[in-house]
Amino acid sequence: MSTPSPAPEPATLRPARLRAPSTIMVTVASTVAAVTLALVLAGILLAVTGKNPIDAYAKMLDAGLEKNKLLEMVQRATPLMIAAVAVAIGFKMNLFNIGVEGQFLMGMFCAAVAGTYVRMPPVLHVTFCLVVAMTAGAAWAGIAAVLKVKKGVNEVIATIMLNAIALSVIDWLFQERFRYETPGNLDVKTKPLPTSAWMPDLVENRLNSFVFVALAVVALFWLVVYKSRFGFRLRASGANAVAARTAGISSNRMIITAMLMSGAVAGLAGMPSLLGNTHAYGPTRPDGYGFNGIAVALLGRNHPFGIIVSALLFGFLDSVAGPLQIAKIPQSIVLVIKAIILITVVVVNEVVARRVAKRTADRTAAQLAMPMAVAA
Amino acid sequence: MGTEGFAVQLSGIEKRFPGVIANHDVNLNVRAGTIHAIVGENGAGKSTLMKTLYGMHQPEAGTITVFGQPHTFRSPSDAIAAGIGMVHQHFMLADNFTVLENIVLGYEPTAGGVIKYDAAREKLQEIMVQSGTHVDLDVTVSELGVGKRQRVEILKVLYRGARVLILDEPTAVLVPQEVDELFGNLHRLVTDGATIIFISHKLDEVLAVSDDITVIRNGTTVAEVKPNEVTRGQLGELMVGSELPSPHGRTSEVGTALRLEVEGLTVAAPSGKNTLDDMSFQVHEGEVLGIAGVEGNGQFELCETIIGLVTASHGSIRIDGDDVTHTSPYERLMNGLSYIPFDRHREGLLLDAPLWENTLLGRDGDPRFRTGPFVNAAAAKEDARSVIERFDVRTPSEVVPAYALSGGNQQKLLVGRELSSHPRVLIAAHPTRGVDIGAQAAIWEKLRAARDAGLAVLLISADLEELIGLSDRIVVMFDGRINAHLIPSEATPEMLGTYMTGGVQEVAS
Repeated sequence: MSTPSPAPEPATLRPARLRAPSTIMVTVASTVAAVTLALVLAGILLAVTGKNPIDAYAKMLDAGLEKNKLLEMVQRATPLMIAAVAVAIGFKMNLFNIGVEGQFLMGMFCAAVAGTYVRMPPVLHVTFCLVVAMTAGAAWAGIAAVLKVKKGVNEVIATIMLNAIALSVIDWLFQERFRYETPGNLDVKTKPLPTSAWMPDLVENRLNSFVFVALAVVALFWLVVYKSRFGFRLRASGANAVAARTAGISSNRMIITAMLMSGAVAGLAGMPSLLGNTHAYGPTRPDGYGFNGIAVALLGRNHPFGIIVSALLFGFLDSVAGPLQIAKIPQSIVLVIKAIILITVVVVNEVVARRVAKRTADRTAAQLAMPMAVAA
Repeated sequence: MGTEGFAVQLSGIEKRFPGVIANHDVNLNVRAGTIHAIVGENGAGKSTLMKTLYGMHQPEAGTITVFGQPHTFRSPSDAIAAGIGMVHQHFMLADNFTVLENIVLGYEPTAGGVIKYDAAREKLQEIMVQSGTHVDLDVTVSELGVGKRQRVEILKVLYRGARVLILDEPTAVLVPQEVDELFGNLHRLVTDGATIIFISHKLDEVLAVSDDITVIRNGTTVAEVKPNEVTRGQLGELMVGSELPSPHGRTSEVGTALRLEVEGLTVAAPSGKNTLDDMSFQVHEGEVLGIAGVEGNGQFELCETIIGLVTASHGSIRIDGDDVTHTSPYERLMNGLSYIPFDRHREGLLLDAPLWENTLLGRDGDPRFRTGPFVNAAAAKEDARSVIERFDVRTPSEVVPAYALSGGNQQKLLVGRELSSHPRVLIAAHPTRGVDIGAQAAIWEKLRAARDAGLAVLLISADLEELIGLSDRIVVMFDGRINAHLIPSEATPEMLGTYMTGGVQEVAS
């Protein structure tokens, strides 16, 4: 990156340079605080139900830190990262896309169906499926965007409704049109995708290569939203739509673009499962990515780094649910912890945001008043 | 000094923020039943002092005495209990609640869990009669104008039993007529036994309304004077420690080139009445055209239409001869138009974003600040530092968020941003509203310099001194139309007042 030769710095400006508290530090601190608080609260619940919380957490760690479980953690984190990025794109434009669930199912179903109609070489076929999924997710999210821009319908309401509609539409299409019956097989699915559309496993049956796509999505999110001009305009519009509009940034266009992008990314969330594992759509489809994605985005404070860490944490919790049950600790404790995290993270984020704002304001005032302090 | 006859006495107040002293050796003696003004520039420590008095934070040293009783305020509720009430600069009202609901909010008289609105209403009627401050209790706050909302805030404080009212820059949001009404109300309240602490930096108002004036500078009280003992200039000097600025003065002639031409501009409102009705005017190179008018007479719509945020139903807008009537705001802003909006918080700044993103707002398309599709953050920060330096924005650096700056510094940053894109036409709406004298002087100077360099300025202002001092011509807007054309040197505030309220000008031409 080349910059014009810098003008000499004014001497008065430099000495007291204030760094805003680093976003990464704040993310880490608040994430840790929220999770710790959630673990304490869940521990109390465990104790009340007669289980030893220390014991339970020790079991979790024991089980979770095995090699296979660590792989499973990453595997389970993969779709969550993608879903969380989808949610975070919305948040950055001050939009709450609750419809990631419906969008990813739409993307998954359309890709599962469309992928069987074409013959392509491996890499191209996978790409084709991804494009179909993104288009379908974007289109589904686009409905909410158009409703908001044209009719002022709150996107929260619209996307919740669209989740329900997506489920029904997909079920109907599946039952009426795309069921593929294999004799002697009770597991009804769509027609299986040819192997050219499969994403290979990195570790047989443990970890699929789709994790690289997920990481690429997070990296792209960082680049586009945090570093690009478009991202700047998006964040500006999300931070203050009126000021952005006054500066010539159409908020309606930003709403549409952000929702389409969010939906396109959401469309990818079902792909690790479809291309890496099941290779067909069936009633045993994955669910909850959309809602877990909201929790992961919140816990990660919409920050790329935070999203990766939070997704891994949720992946970890999911991966230890099984072993916990074997150890006679109800695996629903995992659900409880996840739910409590969602609550604590909202509270902690709010508290941290206020603290940071107050500290920054005080420190700025303090630095500006410096000469006076010397005089006093 | 005794405590007899004093409503509030602060002595030796010291308040430190980490590493610094924001208030030191502050002494304040407010006589009961008077209007006591506290004047000082933004950042002089007025707000810190008032927060101390209202219990929002605790001083490190010093004593607070209210009606002869020493007090320690741990929170605003302690202050309220002692009879101190605060009318904030930014109103804290729930828009969809009625006036009555807003006033009782938090202090509802209840019987068995049910709010006794009738009792509250009765009490309020009494207060309204006594204080002479009237508001319809049953309309929702969203239907009220700024002046009425302020009255609701005052009633709210009185309802809580305050005998000492702190008003933080109460006139910053009001138009001249409303200011007069407010002052009438304040006098009435004082006659009725209340004591008022009036925080301001508008010297004329302070001299007109107060009984005593305490001047605060650099965190400490530097003088206590009576309004009849000082001139405006002397008071200003006490406040800033140097001479007062004036908007007057120019070193150049108005040019001949037409920069902004507005022709027959009309904007139809959904209600059928035109918010802008056949507006025509021109601004030349190096000229300031002032627009006077009571707020809400189409000035906002005029600005939004020229920027391109509102579509004109008739008429045309030309910038430098180019018809821009049908172009997007972005195109206009990229082609020589700049805008200092009415409300810097609402329309101008990203308060949570660092300063450099604020100076970048609206200018990210400039080749200097982009590297392909990416923001060239280094160049944008460099530019922000340059704006900060040239416009004397007091900030530790360009990475602090905008909310951390004082209003005057935020406004200087905003003006700096708009002038930095080297516009040919600037629309400046209340460019110095709510800023301190230092910032006002700096902004005036920058506007004059830009004008002398050929900038055409459309100036919308409620500050008549600013309007008369800066403008080369003045038009008065009333009800979406131009109601009068005036030459500033011949214009008096009384004349402007007449036309602003709809008086018809006898046309000579």
